Amino acid sequence: MTIAVVVAVTALLSTAAVLAIVRIVRGPTLLDRVVATDVLLAVLMGAIGAEAAFNRHATTLPILVVLSILGFVGSVSVVRFAARDDS
Amino acid sequence: MNAAADTLSAIFLIAGALLSLAAGVGLVRFPNVLARMHAATKPQVLGLLLILAGVALRIRSRSDLTMLLLVGLFQLVTAPVAAHMVGRAAYRLKRPSPELIVDELADRAPTTEVDSAGGGGNRRRRRG
Repeated sequence: MTIAVVVAVTALLSTAAVLAIVRIVRGPTLLDRVVATDVLLAVLMGAIGAEAAFNRHATTLPILVVLSILGFVGSVSVVRFAARDDS
Repeated sequence: MNAAADTLSAIFLIAGALLSLAAGVGLVRFPNVLARMHAATKPQVLGLLLILAGVALRIRSRSDLTMLLLVGLFQLVTAPVAAHMVGRAAYRLKRPSPELIVDELADRAPTTEVDSAGGGGNRRRRRG
């Protein structure tokens, strides 16, 4: 794994995370922020997986399982709350 | 064998990161919630699956492959459900939505209960 690949993947994922945070800050509705938070979590999972791939260790792989479960439960519960909040 | 797997893994990782970047750009530039959801689906499924394939090509032990498969499968199962919830809530919060070109549900009576399980096909609707 050359250093160029590591730098490229890091730059791409960091830019994606910054853009997702921009949408979280500027999103006009709550649902925009929920979607952007989902994207931020997916980018974070990608970053954790990429780090495990760069260094050839499997220590952080259970974190990926927990994060996928957590993202699903969190987004669904927030959307339920938003829908009931409307009335 | 080993160098080829590493090269393929690098390609997969860069492709997944590019899909994540595309989702970020789409989140910032698309105009409304439904369009942003279209962009947001990309790193959640395909980008993450590519990155997991890259990890699997780097770490080749059976237990870790099982765990990566579990993550990918769970993401495939739950991402459509979460997207469906978000889309339904977005549609119902803006009932006459002017940004939709085709609104196939426009002639339905507006439902007041947002989270009614099971569709409610034979519910009695009051027409005012």
